[in-house]
Amino acid sequence: MTDRAVIEARKLVKRFGEREALKGVDFEAAAGELVAVIGPNGAGKTTLLSILAGISRADGGEVHVPEGEVGWVPQQAALYRRLTVEENLLLFARLEGHADPVASTEEMLELTGLADRRGEAVARLSGGNQQRINIAIGLLARPSVLLLDEPSVGLDPRQRARLWEFVSALAETNGTTVIFSTHDIQEAERYGRRLLVLADGEALFDGSPDGLLEAVRREAPEAADRDFETAFVAFLHHRGH
Amino acid sequence: MRWLLLKDLQILRRSPLQAVVLVAYPVLIAVLVGFAISRSPEKPRVAFLNDVPADARVSVGTRDLPNIGVNDRICARVECVHVKSRAEAVEKVRSGDVLAALILPANLVNRINSLSTPFPNTPEIEVVVSEEDPVKARLVNDRIDALIAQANLVIARRIAAEGGKFLGLVLDGGDLRVLGQTIEILGLRNSARIVESLRPSLPPGDLRDSVDRVIRFTKLARNNLATGEPLLTRLAQPIAVDKEVVDGSSPPLESFAIAVAATFTLAFVVVLLVAGSLALEREENAFPRLTRGLVSHSGLLAEKVVLGVVVGLAVTLLMLAGLALFVPLHWSRFGLWLAAILAGGAALGAAGAALGAAAREVRAVSLLAFMVTLPVAFLSLIPSGAVGPALSDAIEVVTALFPFKPALDAMTAALDPAGPDLGVALLHLAALIAAYGLLARFALRRFAAV
Repeated sequence: MTDRAVIEARKLVKRFGEREALKGVDFEAAAGELVAVIGPNGAGKTTLLSILAGISRADGGEVHVPEGEVGWVPQQAALYRRLTVEENLLLFARLEGHADPVASTEEMLELTGLADRRGEAVARLSGGNQQRINIAIGLLARPSVLLLDEPSVGLDPRQRARLWEFVSALAETNGTTVIFSTHDIQEAERYGRRLLVLADGEALFDGSPDGLLEAVRREAPEAADRDFETAFVAFLHHRGH
Repeated sequence: MRWLLLKDLQILRRSPLQAVVLVAYPVLIAVLVGFAISRSPEKPRVAFLNDVPADARVSVGTRDLPNIGVNDRICARVECVHVKSRAEAVEKVRSGDVLAALILPANLVNRINSLSTPFPNTPEIEVVVSEEDPVKARLVNDRIDALIAQANLVIARRIAAEGGKFLGLVLDGGDLRVLGQTIEILGLRNSARIVESLRPSLPPGDLRDSVDRVIRFTKLARNNLATGEPLLTRLAQPIAVDKEVVDGSSPPLESFAIAVAATFTLAFVVVLLVAGSLALEREENAFPRLTRGLVSHSGLLAEKVVLGVVVGLAVTLLMLAGLALFVPLHWSRFGLWLAAILAGGAALGAAGAALGAAAREVRAVSLLAFMVTLPVAFLSLIPSGAVGPALSDAIEVVTALFPFKPALDAMTAALDPAGPDLGVALLHLAALIAAYGLLARFALRRFAAV
């Protein structure tokens, strides 16, 4: 692992039967980085994050993660819908072994801005608010690395803006490394400080959004002046995907 | 584990409808099954027409047998609907008001009495039955066959008893009333005594030899006729039943029915709850989050089994307490009840965990749990010998592989001292806990991978 990396994967391979979901992917991230993993459906984004989160095991390659300090926020909210907001947070704070789970719960309620809805059953919250609780639970372990799988799916623009404000603050203020996957190329460009482009299990690009545009200009100049999403699609097409 | 347990109980409390259904449904089934087992079959409704004259008596020789109470005997076995004519009886059968009609014709007693004459007629009774429903038809046929067999037995016994009295008269002598007059019967014993007293006074010769022959005959006749009376008695019921119990004593039917009801409740509550709550972790997407280091797979399984056992114990004890209001239970065996419920609950919970890990959704798991538990529970109630040997062996194997039967054995043993061996049942349950625990652990790996 390099000195600046807090999380690193080398030559990751993952197979589902005959299909190779990851084909020797290299990846690393430093403290406070906000990395967007983008790519078309079936690119291997969720698989990569699952391996980094320790939920799946790689069939090949190496993963170095800070032990016990990786927070995981799955795509679909992993919450007990019949429990209240507070009960969900309290349960996971207790399971995390917090010395003062009640204080941790209060902290997360403040952080998510849902203190006034603490007594409501999660099932009655909007998708955006459920996602905020989902992320808050991922933060309960006070991780140095936070992995978010498609965190803005199903959220309206206002909810999405609040989510990214919240997540960006984690990286910038707390120095938390945030790695998120998304289908939304505009969102990746806007919030990702770094982009990792995956397609069919291969890492096609790893760099800044400006660096991706530079690559498009080089490899697909006809799309360089178009919007970012069109340029990205042209880039994938040029790379044979 | 306690926080997860608390969470599951909170979720259960927040789902009152599911909780009520989870408890009420198995309790209802359990009570119905227990009620069905403990209750004797319903008496079939039978139309009954007795055309035999009230003063008609079966006679033996010159004597009439006392009234044997045909009406009472028949109506004790079936629910008699008295009718006035054959046509009415047939109409009641046809309309479905009764299952069958039993008609005793007016000449029945005369025909019975003709059996001891040179020109016997076969006594017949008439049965009218609708065989629209094969199950009912079989029930009625069985009942009527049993009634006829019993009637034949009663008559045969009476005839044998009267025949025995005649033999006694022939042997020992006495008074016999015929047509209002009393006739003295000397009897073989008295005849022999008279002849033997005459013999010394006779000179040797032909007459004395003849008297000796008469004496030998009376002795031979007495000896042989003396065996006639017990023979006649045995003729009425030649085969006697000598019942020997070779496989332990059995508990009273009420205790067994309560054990069945309690085990049904325990099985459904535990299997459904454990399987459902494990599947819920997946449905709520919480399984990967929990097993990322917060809880081990084994810890999660153990928590679910404990949840099932705790709730199953509470519901089953509540049910037993309710049943105790109507049926006396051995409260001194409460410790054994606990052992049976805990061991049975743990084995059923382990089986529920294996089922819960095998399916993705709570609804699918609930269906699977029903599809497995219900038939196995009913198979466990089929007594050995009620089906063919091969099928019986197959049922025994199937029921031994699922915890319902050993849990039922343990419960029966715990409830009544005459039940099966509790130790064997507990050992069986322990083996199933280990086996299903391993199976659940293996299935959970697949659960995590999918």
